[in-house]
Amino acid sequence: MSRSAHHLWHFHGGLKLPGNKAQSTARPVFNASIPKRLVIPVQQHIGEQGKLLVQVGDRVLKGQTLAESSQYISAPVHASTSGTVIDIDELPAPHPSGLNTLCVVIEADGKDQWIELEPVKYPISKSPAQLRQLVRKAGVVGLGGATFPTAVKVNPGPGAYIDTLIINGAECEPYISCDDMLMREHADELVSGCELIQYMVASKHCLIAIEDNKPEAISALQAVIKDRALHNIEVVVIPTLYPTGGEKQLIKVLTHKEVPSDGFPSDVGVLVQNVGTAVAVHKAIHLGEPLISRIVTITGEGVNEPQNMQVLIGTSISELIEQCGGYHKDASKLIMGGPMMGFTLQTDHLPVTKACNCILVENTPAEAPPQMPCIRCGACATVCPAQLLPQQLYWHASSKNFDLVQDYHLFDCIECGCCNHVCPSQIPLVQYYRFAKTEIWSQERDRIKSDHARVRHDFRQARLELEKKEREEKLRKKKEMLAKKKQAEAEAAKDGKTVDVDPKKAAIEAAMKRVQEKKAAQQTGSDSPKE
Amino acid sequence: MQFKTASSPHMVHNNSVQTLMFKVLLAMIPGTIAMIVFFGWGVLINIIFASVVALSAEALMLWIRNRPIKPYLTDGSALLTAWLLALALPQLAPWWLTLIGVAFAIIVAKHLYGGLGFNPFNPAMVGYVVVIISFPKEMTQWVPPLLEDYTLLSFTETARIIFFNELPLTYGWDAITMATPLDTVKTQLGLELSINEIENHKTYGPMFGSIGGFGWEWVNGLFLASGLYLVIKGVIDWRIPAGLIAALLILSNTFALYDYASYTPPTFHLFSGGIMLAAFFIATDPVTAATTTKGRWLYGAGIGVFIFIIRTWGAYPDGIAFAVLLMNMAAPLLDYYTMPRAFGHRWTEFPHHHKEHEDE
Repeated sequence: MSRSAHHLWHFHGGLKLPGNKAQSTARPVFNASIPKRLVIPVQQHIGEQGKLLVQVGDRVLKGQTLAESSQYISAPVHASTSGTVIDIDELPAPHPSGLNTLCVVIEADGKDQWIELEPVKYPISKSPAQLRQLVRKAGVVGLGGATFPTAVKVNPGPGAYIDTLIINGAECEPYISCDDMLMREHADELVSGCELIQYMVASKHCLIAIEDNKPEAISALQAVIKDRALHNIEVVVIPTLYPTGGEKQLIKVLTHKEVPSDGFPSDVGVLVQNVGTAVAVHKAIHLGEPLISRIVTITGEGVNEPQNMQVLIGTSISELIEQCGGYHKDASKLIMGGPMMGFTLQTDHLPVTKACNCILVENTPAEAPPQMPCIRCGACATVCPAQLLPQQLYWHASSKNFDLVQDYHLFDCIECGCCNHVCPSQIPLVQYYRFAKTEIWSQERDRIKSDHARVRHDFRQARLELEKKEREEKLRKKKEMLAKKKQAEAEAAKDGKTVDVDPKKAAIEAAMKRVQEKKAAQQTGSDSPKE
Repeated sequence: MQFKTASSPHMVHNNSVQTLMFKVLLAMIPGTIAMIVFFGWGVLINIIFASVVALSAEALMLWIRNRPIKPYLTDGSALLTAWLLALALPQLAPWWLTLIGVAFAIIVAKHLYGGLGFNPFNPAMVGYVVVIISFPKEMTQWVPPLLEDYTLLSFTETARIIFFNELPLTYGWDAITMATPLDTVKTQLGLELSINEIENHKTYGPMFGSIGGFGWEWVNGLFLASGLYLVIKGVIDWRIPAGLIAALLILSNTFALYDYASYTPPTFHLFSGGIMLAAFFIATDPVTAATTTKGRWLYGAGIGVFIFIIRTWGAYPDGIAFAVLLMNMAAPLLDYYTMPRAFGHRWTEFPHHHKEHEDE
């Protein structure tokens, strides 16, 4: 294996962790059996949740769209196999919140019958926008864990210029090996996916970054690239250092550019895609297949036969564990993701989603030394890849000083867990940062709410004021009028005659007078003979 | 099956405060042995007695404060405080002097401020300053390093002096104690002697050894060596000792070049007194030091500058304790103003929050 000629840079800190990847890479990727029942969450991506297109009782084919949204930042979900929709309900799904989410439950018919696929034979004949539309229809999302809709990501937008496409095959977290196996076994499709994304974003270079602990993957990809004599795709071997697979860290290592804290990789002319995503893009366009399965690493001391499996989205984790020889008797912790950034699951009766790269089963660990107060040794700051001062963040987060904690750039923390891992006082630092972030968000929400309430209150107050003023004005006018009348009456009384201000009354009186006069005249007329 | 839930990261590691402290304590052994060889059994007696006092005071305070006793008592921090203070005290200091210094360090300087991790001042240095201010006479009872003319006191003789104030019949105080080289330089310079005259003086000339004072150069050399070992092993950060030594070196060199008759040479500054112990073992106490990279440089350099000032123009022969305490005070400020540039931020952003506050 030759080291790449590409010049590399460093990011601050990082940790050399035991890889623990060999356990799950001994065997080739194994196709998990089609389960009898699949639970497919409608929301498996960042963005708008799709609207359901199926009803309970519908027969669906493999690859049929179950839900989609007209919103831009969204991705549809598809049936992973053919069968019948037997339930649509709020069910538990693997998510840090542990909350239920809307799921489509399919009873498989075992036929695994595809919908009619529409492969694109010559992608070059289509415009990037047309290809993006296909990627979008296929429900492709970032398979590195973020699950951001890929069709959105591969659209640089007006004015943006992507110089370098980085394909992230670093897989820096211990235990996880699904990307490694994918690169070993699907190198061809991966390279094809890279070409497609390059075409869509019009980037000049494509770098496939792989940590130096994956020699098989590196040589497999180098062979494909050499074979096809590709000049603008390069495999770059990077040192194994956690968390080099973090998007911003990887960009720094490969290009020496720092993505601005409040910006995106496109701000520095870079787009990063996970290797799994690139393969999914290839499948979406060349085969017309939507994203309905992924490779999942089932590993850890708590599982008897660790291995990588090609799994249909919606398969229950418990079934996968069964196919891996079941749990070790000391198994006590079930983690989705890796040991540094994964989150624990309470039960294994949860479906595999697009985000699920690894199921890690841990045995009861040896007891760690007791938690002690922070001694400000600064080991955390030495390893922090975001160049923060974790000890200060901890200090201010634990005293709930949420202003200062933001001065120390809390929101630049990527929660990689490096600080936690070196802390001699065994302080669960990341937990404090999450707490502070959540508190600040909820305070922000409260602030917006109270701002809204205050505006409404102010408006009501102003309205009431106005009404009161209007009423007072009316009252004042009335009073004035009364006063005037009284004054006029008083003046009239002084003059000795009644002054009728009211013209009506005067008119009536005048009319009465006239009538009386007339009457009087008539009387005199009838009394006297006619002239 | 129900599984345990926990917050990431899930990897268990065995780092502990205890391991850290004991590594530092182990690294202090060579220098300490050198001190016992040159200054007699008093060093060892002081260390043992100070440790007993420190652990008792720690246990007492933990009990009063209703804290778990075992993890804190065994974390090694009290032991380290005791050891550092014992090395700084005169070898024949009466037992009550050690008792007062150590007890004050643990009870007041450490626990009244919240115990491990919360004390703003280095407890050992607070203890030292308390006794040097309160009992200046007793603080001069330094044994001269082992020279031909002087006989080393036996272990029992030393213990009797420390605990019962009983001198061996044949000696008086003057015979067994002597001013340190630093002290001598200070006094003699005050008598208008030149450095050269002092170092070649008939009576106290020999104590100056070759560079930093007889015995002292060995002690400092060994503390330097084991300190470097700790730096290589990543137990302590190199910037604080580097800053301290660099500042002291630059200042003493400048002044010695300017007037070599009145200012001691840099080698003497670095290898006399407790410089290496201070640079690698005292100033590096993480709790009371600055924690940022630049802050640590400045913190170390600040201590070096204050040591030079106090040694040269101050009232005390060695100013380590005062220098450390002065910089302890500055540590939070140093930390704040030397915040590193976070990833993806620009240097010019700092200190951004002042701007925000102005806006309000």
